[in-house]
Amino acid sequence: MNSYSQENQSKSVFLDLRNISKSFGAIEALKGINMQLFAGEVVGLMGDNGAGKSTLIKILSGNYQPTSGEMYLEGHPQQFNRPVDARTHGIEVVYQDLALCDHLTAAHNVFLGREKKKWLGPLRILDNKFMFSKAGEIFAMLKSETRPRDLVKQMSGGQRQAVAIARTQLSSPELVLMDEPTAAISVRQVSEVLGLIKRLQSQGVGVLLISHRMPDIFTVCDRVVVLRRGEKVADKHISETSQDEVTGLITGALESA
Amino acid sequence: MTDSSLTKAIDLQTHSVWQQLYRSQPFWVTIAAIGLCVVLSWAGTDSRGEQVFFTAQNFNNVALNFSFIGIIAIGMTAVIITAGIDLSVGSVMGLSGIATGLTLSSGYGVEAGIAAGLLTALACGLVNGFLISYVGLSPFVVTLGMLSICRSLALVVSNNKMFYEFGPDEDLFVSIGGGSYFGIANSLVLMLILTIFLGFMLNYTAWGRHLYAIGSNENAATMTGVPVKAVKMSAYLFCSLTAGMSAIMIVGWMGSVTNALGMIYELRVIASAVIGGADLMGGVGSAYGALIGSFLVELIRNGLLMAGVDPYWQGTFVGLFIIFAVALERIRSHRSS
Repeated sequence: MNSYSQENQSKSVFLDLRNISKSFGAIEALKGINMQLFAGEVVGLMGDNGAGKSTLIKILSGNYQPTSGEMYLEGHPQQFNRPVDARTHGIEVVYQDLALCDHLTAAHNVFLGREKKKWLGPLRILDNKFMFSKAGEIFAMLKSETRPRDLVKQMSGGQRQAVAIARTQLSSPELVLMDEPTAAISVRQVSEVLGLIKRLQSQGVGVLLISHRMPDIFTVCDRVVVLRRGEKVADKHISETSQDEVTGLITGALESA
Repeated sequence: MTDSSLTKAIDLQTHSVWQQLYRSQPFWVTIAAIGLCVVLSWAGTDSRGEQVFFTAQNFNNVALNFSFIGIIAIGMTAVIITAGIDLSVGSVMGLSGIATGLTLSSGYGVEAGIAAGLLTALACGLVNGFLISYVGLSPFVVTLGMLSICRSLALVVSNNKMFYEFGPDEDLFVSIGGGSYFGIANSLVLMLILTIFLGFMLNYTAWGRHLYAIGSNENAATMTGVPVKAVKMSAYLFCSLTAGMSAIMIVGWMGSVTNALGMIYELRVIASAVIGGADLMGGVGSAYGALIGSFLVELIRNGLLMAGVDPYWQGTFVGLFIIFAVALERIRSHRSS
């Protein structure tokens, strides 16, 4: 089952989930998930609605605490109580709704909550010049045409994604969690976003990508993990599986692989 | 990408200065105010043909009247940017004025009087801010309740009496509110200082960015680690504090205070902020907008008076202007998107 992890023993394990479960009252959203994420790897997380994808992401990002099970970060047991904890340990999140402020510029959105400041006499003021130029560098690195001084209000879906992704690049994270980044944007913008994910990978950043779109997963991911009703039913290298097989696994036509 | 083209992209703005001006509500309000001045200087003559609008006397009047409203419009703008509202400012002003008047007439010095007024205002802001930010109640309901509470407390504390004797420091106190500095009324000086202060805070501090962020998308601000509750709380504190400042200035200028001080001022303050471009949906507003908005509202009032229009019509004209300003804003943002 874990053929991929064996062939990658040289690569270090960034995140190791052991027997993670989460219940909400009587509902078991996750049942004993075991999963490893390697440094710099792009992993697709697939499953039908209610399979437990979002719950898993929220545990990794510190929004939820697991009911049972352990999480190891680079070999050490770790617990995230708040989103800030995940961030300080190198895990950044791109939320499904992107969490952008329409009336702020791209650069101010990138730095939101982490504004760069400088001293003006006794006062701490915003270092706007630095923020514009740093945001510009990140957009250039992502090969996005987004301009730091533009208001997010005026941007296309793809550019908004670029702003949300650029936000994760302020702190050189190890892992970026992305929740449905290609839902609800046009075809041309989808390829723009997939390009951004590839750029992250080339910078050595790991990505855990939730998506409903099979072609996206097969374009950018190294590995695909399939959840069904809170259980992991498959964990395969992308070259060892097919879109038909994954579809079968998601719907339950195939029991497991 | 080479370094030079990167710098170019960083400096690039989608819209020219003119396009930005075209989009900005305060710009159009400034144009309207200038236009109105021109019309009034032409029409504002009395029966003997003598100028009544363009006189130093009338300009002083306008400046005074609009500064008392404008001071609070500055605070209101900070609240409106967070997508909030403060309906209690008029009553807070009344209660602060009474607190100051009572303290002074009981024989305390001017420092104690001013402190009493400002602390009363801050206490009201603290309650508003706490209930809205930390308990999560609706700003409209909380401040509506505070409007009623403060007006009633003003009645209780004052026992429906007027205060006009301001104790040992009476002359000093009256000169603070009613005096002038190089010919500019003190209250106008205070309003200009507050405008510059808020303008600076909005554009150059994280606090200002966070106000806009909360008004645009409160959820996003929370998730990105903005101290949303503390920032919202501070906006209500600031707004109440400006109401307290305005109360002290107006009491000094009038030389007396009753519990009716600031009655329905909240509507003129909100009207001024909104005409100046503050968006009740949040995320938009500026310090200059608050200043020019309150100036225009006062100009309309004054102009109608000078033109000999029955003062009963004032509310109609101000009301029409509010609706017109908001409609204009909608039309422009529609066209540019």
